[in-house]
Formats: sequence, structure tokens, C-alpha cells
Amino acid sequence: MGFWERMARIDRRIIYLFIAVVVIVPILLQITLPVTVSPPVRMAYETIDALPESSVVMISIDYDAASMPELQPMLRAILHHCFSKNLRVLMIAQWALGVPLGIEALESVAKEYGKKYGVDYVNLGFRPGGMAQMVGMGKEIRDYFLTDYRGTPIDSLPMMRHIHNYQDIALLVGLEAGATGDMWVIYVGGRYRQDIILGVTAVIAPDAYPYLQAGQIKGLIGGLKGASEYEYLVGKPGLGMAGMTAQSCAHILIILFIIIGNIGYFMIRRRK
Amino acid sequence: MMQRKLPLLITFVTGVIMVVAFFVPHPPLGGLEQVSLRWYSIIAGFTLLLGADSLIRTHIRKIRRRENVFYSTVLLCALGLAIGAGAHAFITRGSAFESGTFFMYLYDNLLIPLQATMFSLLAFFIASAAYRAFRARNLEATLLLIAAVLVMLGRVPLGEMMWSKLPVIAEWIFNIPQMAAKRGILIGSALGAIAMSLRIILGIERTYLS
Amino acid sequence: MEVLGVWIAAGLTLCIFSFLYRDNPFYKFAEHLYVGFSAGYWLVYTWEYTIKGMLIDPIRLQHAYSVLIPGFFGVLMLSRWFPRIAWLSRISISFTVGIGAGLALTGQIHGFILPQLKATLLPLTSINNFLIVFGVITTLFYFFFSRERKGVTRVFARIGIVYIMVAFGAAFGYTVMARISLLIGRFLFLFRDWLHIIKV
Repeated sequence: MGFWERMARIDRRIIYLFIAVVVIVPILLQITLPVTVSPPVRMAYETIDALPESSVVMISIDYDAASMPELQPMLRAILHHCFSKNLRVLMIAQWALGVPLGIEALESVAKEYGKKYGVDYVNLGFRPGGMAQMVGMGKEIRDYFLTDYRGTPIDSLPMMRHIHNYQDIALLVGLEAGATGDMWVIYVGGRYRQDIILGVTAVIAPDAYPYLQAGQIKGLIGGLKGASEYEYLVGKPGLGMAGMTAQSCAHILIILFIIIGNIGYFMIRRRK
Repeated sequence: MMQRKLPLLITFVTGVIMVVAFFVPHPPLGGLEQVSLRWYSIIAGFTLLLGADSLIRTHIRKIRRRENVFYSTVLLCALGLAIGAGAHAFITRGSAFESGTFFMYLYDNLLIPLQATMFSLLAFFIASAAYRAFRARNLEATLLLIAAVLVMLGRVPLGEMMWSKLPVIAEWIFNIPQMAAKRGILIGSALGAIAMSLRIILGIERTYLS
Repeated sequence: MEVLGVWIAAGLTLCIFSFLYRDNPFYKFAEHLYVGFSAGYWLVYTWEYTIKGMLIDPIRLQHAYSVLIPGFFGVLMLSRWFPRIAWLSRISISFTVGIGAGLALTGQIHGFILPQLKATLLPLTSINNFLIVFGVITTLFYFFFSRERKGVTRVFARIGIVYIMVAFGAAFGYTVMARISLLIGRFLFLFRDWLHIIKV
């Protein structure tokens, strides 16, 4: 068997080892690389930045632990931005498995700014219904959320007294790992003209560009890179920026794999 | 006859109410729409019970047949643990999602690492696939490859350090050709969804009844 | 308890990673634990957010007894467990399907097709605008199978393929990015929260 045939049949565990090493070493060395902000992320940042103080920002947690490494840093950076500008945060979830992730980030970031639950932020939790709930909240949120995530009646929370539907919400931020973002844009953005920003995993980021170009969303934060850019903009480096060097090295390695794989393919084909 | 005709009638009536209420949001249709949406949310919430039941029955059957006994027992014990922890948290603290409950402790230290790690395995598999399967066999595959490489380099800081124009090129790919193709694909699938919705409302499509 | 929790999380993480070497009892154990706990979690949140949140709380706080009607239809969904009356579940299913179809019909046209078409109607005053318009048209041509591809339609479909391949390549690049990000997340947990050898 020739060299290229042996290379083509290489044990996949060797490939896994290369990936592991290339990701682990930069993490351990804690090298940080400069971050350049892309236009869609800057648009998202400027949209939130332009909101007047005390505006209500609804953040929808539409992901679970599988997408946590990409979207949790994004969520934290957005919460830092909102609380530093004294915006009020109303959190809901369309993915039930994401509720605790939202709770963790909201409580820990709010504590840093001395924000008070019920006055500066409220977490409504999850209710079933998907797009029906999204459309229904356009008339009255209380048709779906009579209590918050802990069972406290929302009418007892000062912040919720004057919030009834999307007209009382300045901006909706959807953190998306699936098709829920499309539903927000189509059913809420389309019907109620709600301003929307999407923070998405890198897998679905390409699908969101048509919405961005059409003006249906005001900004787009895509993947861990987008999270690192937003962290840079708010001045709160976190897991997003920490992972960029490892991300870069892994990408270069995969490109090398593609090149070597193709060279081998053409060499074998030529020999045959 | 009732078993087939009644559901079709319900589908037709509810579908028509939703469509007409979009154009006439005033009472009584607006109110009817709002009630229907709320009812939908309540009914949809019960569907998960069916999935959980199917899972429980499958694994009890496996235990009875003495196949996969240990792992099926682990599964059912984990299910029982989650329900027990949730019930305990609800009774003692009023909500399973209250911070500091055993249920949330299990979520943080069991579900998060398991789910996150399960999906992180894909990084290894995609690297292996890139090495073994990603071939520039023809013009189309070569274009795909070139676009992928430009995006992979352009969207990381190292790529920008290699050539400052790479992020600009990657952003252009996303904003222009990628966006145009995605729009075409999504318009096509939206038209398909519209056709399917019409077929369901008019009772032509009945697969959901089986 | 906190430290024990981190060690349990790290142990389970390594159990899942062991699959990379080969399928083994540790991985199978972790996999079944995950499926079982997830199912239990679904049941807990169904109680908390559907039964309590949408049925009990409205009755308790607003005396809205009318929610018992959809509650009844929700329970009717479970008639699938009993073959003789399984057909009753079709009533609940048809209600939800009808609502979904009605919403999708208007939503897709109003919320997607029209805005997207409007955004495609660009003046052909720049190369980018031309590429966008041409790209959307040729991509749609590629998916039009009702006519034989001859002449102009064949050329347009070929160009559509070029756009689609660029889109797929970009999507692949971003998918690689996503998957690597998930792996980075797990290693950050292992080195920061478990072994405490890095600070982020």
C-alpha cells in the first residue's frame, strides 16, 4: 500500500487526537488575539445602545445546553450591555431546557449591577405554544404568563404593571439554536412590527442573513465569534474571547486536513 | 364516519378562523383568535407526555425481556430521580426551578455536561469527515470547498492576521451570494409550507390523522 | 456539594468523550443517564409550566374556569394509549394542526415572502445588487422542476447551482465553527471549573 493509500486509511482516532491537541494547547496557553467587530454585530450593539434608559428589552432563551458554549457568552454580554445602560430586562424561554441557563446568567449579571428582581428585571420562564404563544402575546402577555418562572404572580411585580404586549417592549432579542428565530421574525416582526435582534449559533447564522438584508432584524450576532465581538464591544471579555485562539487553530487544522485529503485523493486517482 | 369527518371539520374551522382573523382582528373574530391561540398552547403542552410514555414503555419492555437490563434500569432510575427531585423542590420551595434546589443541582451537574459533551463530539466527527470525504471532485464541489475555506479563515482572528481582506471577503460571501441563494431556497420552502397549510385546511392532506 | 457536583460533571464529560476511542460501558451509561434525566425534566416542566402555569394558576388567580376545556382536550390527547378510544386524540390533534396551518398560511406570506421579495427588488445600480437579484432568480430557477431544462432555463439553473454551492460552502464553514465552539466550551469547563488550571 502506497503512502497516500495509507494516509487515506488513517485511523480516525489520530485525527481526533490532532483536533484535541490543537484546541487544548491554545486554551492552556491563554493566548488572546485581537478582535475585529463585524458589521452585523455592530448593528446589534448600536441598536441596544440607542435605547432610552428604562426601555424594556425582552430576551428569549431559545437554546439548551447543547448550544450553551456559543450562546451563553452572548447572553451574558447582552445582559451586561442592558444593565449598564439601565435598561429593563424581561426574560422568557421558548425552549424549556434553556430556562435554567437563562436564570443563571440573569441572576449573576444582575447581581453585579445591583439590579432588583421585579423592578429592573423579570424572568417569566417557559410556556408551551410556540408560534401561537408568540402571536397571542401581541395582545396580552398575561394570557400565557400569569406567574413568573417561580410561580410569583406577575401583577405583584412593579416592572410588569405597565407591560402587556409588544407595544410595551422596545426590543426583542432572540437567542436561537433552531427555527424559533424564524418564528419571531415572521410572526412577531411581521405582524406587530417588533424590532428584533437575533443571536444565533453559527450553524443557523447563514439562514439569518436574508432577514438582516431585508431589514427584518436590526442586528445579528453569529456563533462564538459574534459573542467574542460583542464581549469586546461591551468591554467584558469572557468565554467568547477566550475561545478565539483555539477556534482559529482548529480552523487552520481542518483546512489542512481538507488540503491533505484532496492531495491524497488526486494522487491515488492519478495512479489508477 | 365521525372519526374521520369531525377532525377534518375542526381543522377546517380553526384554520379558517386563523386566516380570517388575520384580516379582521376586531371582535368577535379577534377575541376568538386569542382564545384559540391560548387553547392551542395548553393542548400542545400535553404532547410531551406521549413521548415520555413511549420511552418508559420501551425500556420496561426491555427489562422484562432481559435485554439491556442494566442500561434500561439506569434510564428509568434517572427519570425517577428527575421527577423525584422536581417534586421535592416543588413541595418544599414552590418551584422546581428555584435556585439552590436539588433539581437544579442535577440539571447543572448532570444534564448540562451530558448534553453539551454529546454535541461537542461532533467537532471530532466533522474533522474526520473533512479529511475523508470533502473532495473537489468537480466544479461545484470545488466552489463549495473554496467558499468554506474562505469563510473558515475569514471568521477567525488568525485569518485576519494572515490577510486583512479575508474578513471582508467572508462577510461579502455571506451578504451577497450566500444570502441570495439562501433567500431563493427559503422562498421555495415557504411556498411549500403555504401549499401544505392550504392542503391541510382544505382536508386534502390527512396524514396527521393517522 | 459544589465540588462534588463539578467532579460528577467532569466524570460524565469524560465518559462521553470515551466514545471517541470506542463504544464502551461508560459511554452507554452516560447516554442512558442523559436520556432518562431529559425525559424526567420534560415531565417536571410539563407539570410546572403547562398544568400549573396554564391551568391551575389561571383558575387560582383569575377564576378562569374556561381553561378546563382545553385542559380536557389536552387529556384527550392521551387517549392514544387506549386503542378503542384512540380516535378521540384526533380531535385535539386536528385543533392544533388547524391553528398551526392557519397561522402558517398568513404568516409565511405576510412575514416572509412579501418582505423578502421586497428586499430583492433592488435597483441594478451596483454589482452587488445585480448579484443579489440574479442569485435569487437563478436559485429559484434551479428548484423549478415543472419544465424541462432547455436553453435559458438550463443556463439559469446552472448558475443557480453555483450560488447554491457557495451558500453550502459558507454554511459548512460556519458549521465547522459551531462544532469547534462546542468542543472549546467543554475544554474550558474541564480546565477552568474542574482542574482550575486556567482563569477566564
